[in-house]
Amino acid sequence: MKINVDWDKCTGMGMCESLAPDVFEVDDDGSLILHAEEVPDGQEDEVREAVAACPTEALSLES
Amino acid sequence: MTHLVVVGASLAGLRAVEAVRGDGFDGTVTLVGAEEHLPYDRPPLSKEYLAADECPDPRYREHATFADDLDVELVLGTPASALDTSARTVTVGDRSISYDGLVIATGAHARALPGTEGLAGVHVVRTLDDAIGLRGALRDGNRKVTVVGAGFIGSEVAAVARSLDLEVTILEALDTPLVRAIGERMGRALTRLHERHGTEVRTGVAVDEVLHDDGRVRAVRLGDGTELDTDLLVVGIGAQPTTGWLEGSGLTVDDGVVADARLAAAPGVYVAGDVARWPNALFDDVLDGPMRLEHWTSAAEQGRYAARNAVDPENAKAYETVPYFWSDWYASRVQFVGVAAGDHVEVVAGDDADGGPFTALYRANDRIVGALAVDMRAEVMKYRRLIGRREGWDAALALAAERREQAAAKAAEAKAAAAETTAQDGARA
Ligand SMILES: Cc1cc2nc3c(=O)[nH]c(=O)nc-3n(C[C@H](O)[C@H](O)[C@H](O)COP(=O)(O)OP(=O)(O)OC[C@H]3O[C@@H](n4cnc5c(N)ncnc54)[C@H](O)[C@@H]3O)c2cc1C
Ligand code: SF4
Repeated sequence: MKINVDWDKCTGMGMCESLAPDVFEVDDDGSLILHAEEVPDGQEDEVREAVAACPTEALSLES
Repeated sequence: MTHLVVVGASLAGLRAVEAVRGDGFDGTVTLVGAEEHLPYDRPPLSKEYLAADECPDPRYREHATFADDLDVELVLGTPASALDTSARTVTVGDRSISYDGLVIATGAHARALPGTEGLAGVHVVRTLDDAIGLRGALRDGNRKVTVVGAGFIGSEVAAVARSLDLEVTILEALDTPLVRAIGERMGRALTRLHERHGTEVRTGVAVDEVLHDDGRVRAVRLGDGTELDTDLLVVGIGAQPTTGWLEGSGLTVDDGVVADARLAAAPGVYVAGDVARWPNALFDDVLDGPMRLEHWTSAAEQGRYAARNAVDPENAKAYETVPYFWSDWYASRVQFVGVAAGDHVEVVAGDDADGGPFTALYRANDRIVGALAVDMRAEVMKYRRLIGRREGWDAALALAAERREQAAAKAAEAKAAAAETTAQDGARA
């Protein structure tokens, strides 16, 4: 599964990082660093939670 | 389970219907909403929606999404007026809708300032219609804006009004704003943000009377008798859970609909979002009883939990969370995770004396229970994880020390790089 970020929508809220820190990290200036393009094996649930928790609906998954 | 009814067509209601459809639930789904509008996003209403030259569209989904993708019957424009938990019916207008599972997601509504009903120039911000009205008023040549209540929404509106170069005064009844939400010291720290941007904050003042001419607000009279002229009055004195329609339903209502850990309020009836009061097990050692949040994230999550539990009660799951909310003041982002309980607040990065940037941690029961960050976007979610794992206070301080070291190393690196550039420039010259 591929992780898509709508960079226009993301405001560095960081919810995604708190749920799936191996994949998402917010930098000091509030920009999102994507540590993986694909959902790592075994982390599907965390990443799904992160997608649902993003307050700007910036994240989506593509299978 | 054949018919899921969701009452309240906003964030929690939307996430409720999306969750069960996403899981493949193939029964009938009905979403009932009092407003004419399709579900829309409220946080921008006191932020970008007021501030931006071009109005963003706050609706989450299009009509077609409900009809085609979600197969949800939308019943918009009329509030549900009664619930019968034994007959399992909800009354909407002259219609009685039967349910097998019900999600109550009727949220909260803005508290009005007594004596201002129907007055022009007086605004609250809770609904899209409220925001449309205020957006226009902020651009109609009004100069003086008085905000009653220094809470988050009032503060955001004040910040927007300042960015439009209006004169803004905030009146707050308490001696320190936001004491309940973030504690006294941090309440003072955030007040500095207002002062830094030229917004006057007057604390410990009561609004005795709202004075008006020909049905339009003119001034407010304060407890000490002074009159403060104003063109607009923005009332931000909090929200009340929307539970009036549940009178006589037999549900327990106590500042919200009281539910258990699985968000169940009665057999087949689950609650979600701003209207829900439930025991959050993560903080059972520091809170006196069930909690009610008015935060985007928990409303979205509870919507999913409540709906899944409603269609599959045998496998109902308990909901627990580290609460999270954010707020945008001027160019600053305020973020809070956890609960503002406990005996000690420690600033572990930056400086709170001038309103930030800083990070502060909250301690209770010798563990970290909360974190507040102003313009420290990389910090706050790292603490959210510690709070969620019930880590001790020592672990939180250790992480803080590690983060400070990393920041210092980064700063030294940047300095060295800058010196290098200067030296190269000098050599070239
Ligand atoms: C201006 C503003 C700014 C905010 N900013 C932030 C922020 O920065 N960060 C953050 O975390 N949170 C913020 N919030 C809070 C967040 O928006 C709420 O927590 C969230 O909207 C709650 O969703 P909900 O679905 O539970 O309730 P609501 O959004 O209140 O929706 C409830 C819906 O139910 C409908 N309804 C009520 N009674 C009935 C009835 N009897 N029958 C049918 N329908 C009914 C209402 O019309 C409403 O549409 C903000 C809220 C506001 C108003
Ligand atoms: S939660 Fe959403 S807005 Fe926040 S950093 Fe992640 S993608 Fe961006």
